Amino acid sequence: MKKGANKDTELLELSKSIVTNRILINKIKQGLQKYGIIIIFFFVFLIISISTPHFLTKRNIINILRQVSMVGIIGCGMTFVILLAEIDLSVGSMASLVGVIAAFLQVVKGANTFIAITFAIIVTFTFGIVMGLIITKVKVHSFVVTLGVLSIAKAVALIISKGHPISGLERPFRFIGGGMAGPIPIPFILFIMIAILSYLILTFTIFGKYIFAIGGNIETSRLSGIPVDRTKILVFGISGLMAGISGIILAARINSGQSIAGEGLLFEAITAVVIGGTSLFGGVGSIGGTVIGVFLLGIIRNGLNLIGVSPFWQKVFNGALILLVVVLDRMRRRIRVY
Amino acid sequence: MSDLLLKMEGITKRFPGVLALDNVDFDVYEGEVHVLLGENGAGKSTLIKILSGAYEKDSGKITIEGKTVEIVNPHHAQDLGISTIYQEFNLVPYLTVSENIFLGREPIKGKIVKRVNKEIMKAHAKKLLLDLGVDIDTGIPVYRLGVADQQMVEITKALSMKARVCIMDEPTAALSANEIEELFRVIKRLKKERVGVIYISHRLEEIPLIGDRITVLRDGKNIGTVSAKETRMDSLIQMMVGRKIAEVSYHKERSIGEELLKVKDLSRKDGLNNINFIIRKGEVVGLAGLVGSGRTELARAIFGAEPFDEGKVYVSGQLVEIKSPQDAVAQRIAYLPEDRKLDGLVLVRSVQENITLPSLKRISHKGFIGRNIIRKSAKEYVTKLIIKTPSLEQMTMYLSGGNQQKVVIAKWLCSQSDIFLFDEPTRGIDVGAKAEIRNLIRELASQGAGVLMISSDLSEIIQICDRILVMYQGTICGEFSGEDASQEKILECALMGKVVRG
Repeated sequence: MKKGANKDTELLELSKSIVTNRILINKIKQGLQKYGIIIIFFFVFLIISISTPHFLTKRNIINILRQVSMVGIIGCGMTFVILLAEIDLSVGSMASLVGVIAAFLQVVKGANTFIAITFAIIVTFTFGIVMGLIITKVKVHSFVVTLGVLSIAKAVALIISKGHPISGLERPFRFIGGGMAGPIPIPFILFIMIAILSYLILTFTIFGKYIFAIGGNIETSRLSGIPVDRTKILVFGISGLMAGISGIILAARINSGQSIAGEGLLFEAITAVVIGGTSLFGGVGSIGGTVIGVFLLGIIRNGLNLIGVSPFWQKVFNGALILLVVVLDRMRRRIRVY
Repeated sequence: MSDLLLKMEGITKRFPGVLALDNVDFDVYEGEVHVLLGENGAGKSTLIKILSGAYEKDSGKITIEGKTVEIVNPHHAQDLGISTIYQEFNLVPYLTVSENIFLGREPIKGKIVKRVNKEIMKAHAKKLLLDLGVDIDTGIPVYRLGVADQQMVEITKALSMKARVCIMDEPTAALSANEIEELFRVIKRLKKERVGVIYISHRLEEIPLIGDRITVLRDGKNIGTVSAKETRMDSLIQMMVGRKIAEVSYHKERSIGEELLKVKDLSRKDGLNNINFIIRKGEVVGLAGLVGSGRTELARAIFGAEPFDEGKVYVSGQLVEIKSPQDAVAQRIAYLPEDRKLDGLVLVRSVQENITLPSLKRISHKGFIGRNIIRKSAKEYVTKLIIKTPSLEQMTMYLSGGNQQKVVIAKWLCSQSDIFLFDEPTRGIDVGAKAEIRNLIRELASQGAGVLMISSDLSEIIQICDRILVMYQGTICGEFSGEDASQEKILECALMGKVVRG
């Protein structure tokens, strides 16, 4: 009898130690997943600061902040989309389209800045909603739908602009891209505001919770009575909206609407989101990660420029980076599932 | 006695923080079915995975037909004559039966341009299937076969590889009663061919029917090997859990109240026919029937997951329109799907997020929700249901099967459901957790909920249900009250589709 009791307590102790062990391992794992990117960021930051004196100058930093803002705003929308385990390939050409429409309205039709911008952004938001409707109601994969819209948006931008830049924007419009509030560029303020708003939406609204749940398991979400379709449609609307805002900043910066201006944005936004730890399989990720991913990508690109690496090679580097991150994501998932 | 086929001695396997197998001995004779029993986490799968080459052992010796071997990978295990038939089959859905059986070992014809000799392959496959006494068309793609037939293809594949030891992991989990009979016939056939079978199952009642010897594992140790014919079920359970569980008797004196759910003339073109029944407050209604008789389809139709074409559903006497799960949840109906991992949980999200998922709208304030509200709501049910989890933030994929099921139940308790549609709530979870889940279901009813419970475990249905409905080919063909139901009567009704007045 006594022996049995001893054994029981032994077993209890053993199972307790197993549980605490497991918690510890999980905590370390999750910690690395969460904060690993920050460590890498500071590491890269340090290397670039040491290797070139031009990196930590005021002018360069302002340049970086402006640069990351456009990718960052699209990245926030893309985080929503990727959390749903979907993809939006249309954001780059939507950003171009917005610029062309706004510039066309202002320069050719003489509309004031506010109307030009509002109308242009409504167009991309609508495009997003329509994409969401096709994806959910007709049940076509987002890859195909957004690829189609990529092409359409690009073509519409070409048709409106006839292939030429529409330049000559008014001052208040240009201010959005080139203006400063004290030492901080306006685009960066917009980016940070949007990032904070996105974070709040994901963390403190049921809409945000729905996004995580649907991305994690769409069937479970449906069977839990969650409005799956509505959530998805709205997310694609948001992604279109973000592409619109980003496109306005872009047009304001280059003082014209150009049909190919936004082309690089898609790739960078997806890379930033994935580097930031949002899983392409959906359900896991954060806006904070995306923001750091955007910065990491921004300083890497800036650093490579300053050091004098050819833009052609930079593309190779960027491509390799996204492949690496996707492989890591895949491995992380494999470990988790099995 | 026949010859010793496989001998495992002193097998030890350690994972970080866990001693999964502790000096375990295990052997299989020719023509024998050796049952491996144990609760989840007892070490069964680890032992099997070592044998099939998926894991490497830390220490110990494996002997096959007198020769000591080191199994390095699954392919090597197959070469040694060890075949494993997992719960999830490893068949290629779009290849035909014969192509699957000979996958990677196709007979070749032609000298210069080598190509698969389809005729010979088909003929071989046909012969193998015939030998087993199985009637399956070798030319049709595997995805068109039912679960039971797919399993037969797996077994045939194992045999075609000259398997000496055949490992079956929960082979009856997804089979109906007559399919199980068919499987047992095939296993007996394997025994005649002098194949040794290692048989893992949670269904204790089927073990005396098929097993010769039983080895019980608990906490990574071999508790003992006993004869299947001469060991009583309660002593097996005692060996498995290490403590005596009293056979739970559920009081049949219950206060059954007014009508909660009424289904009237419900039909759907693809397999539900004119279904009528009611569930009252405080009542557990069982839904028995073979796999494919329409039980799951019925539950999903009521829940709006696959809406029905015709018929009416009343909740508390009110006619309601349920076109989607959203409508059902609004009527406080809960559906707990059979496949927890696929349909019941968001595995990559935390316990607290899963529990509050259907309730978010209710507990939020105009769409906004604080972390504390989520934590508080979830915590209440984690405590109530005694869900074992290191924290509320733990991802649900790390929980055991029983605790995962409890999270799914907690979800619907949290959303204050009145009507619970359970689909095989105790399948694939260990004995201790099964009892807990059953208690929970009874408790739900005693607190005024109405429960519809689909189960293939007849003794379970009889044990906890007040009334039992039996389905046959999309219709309800019989109804029994809890007192005078017997496994034989229910089975007869489920098999024949006869209306037997209980």
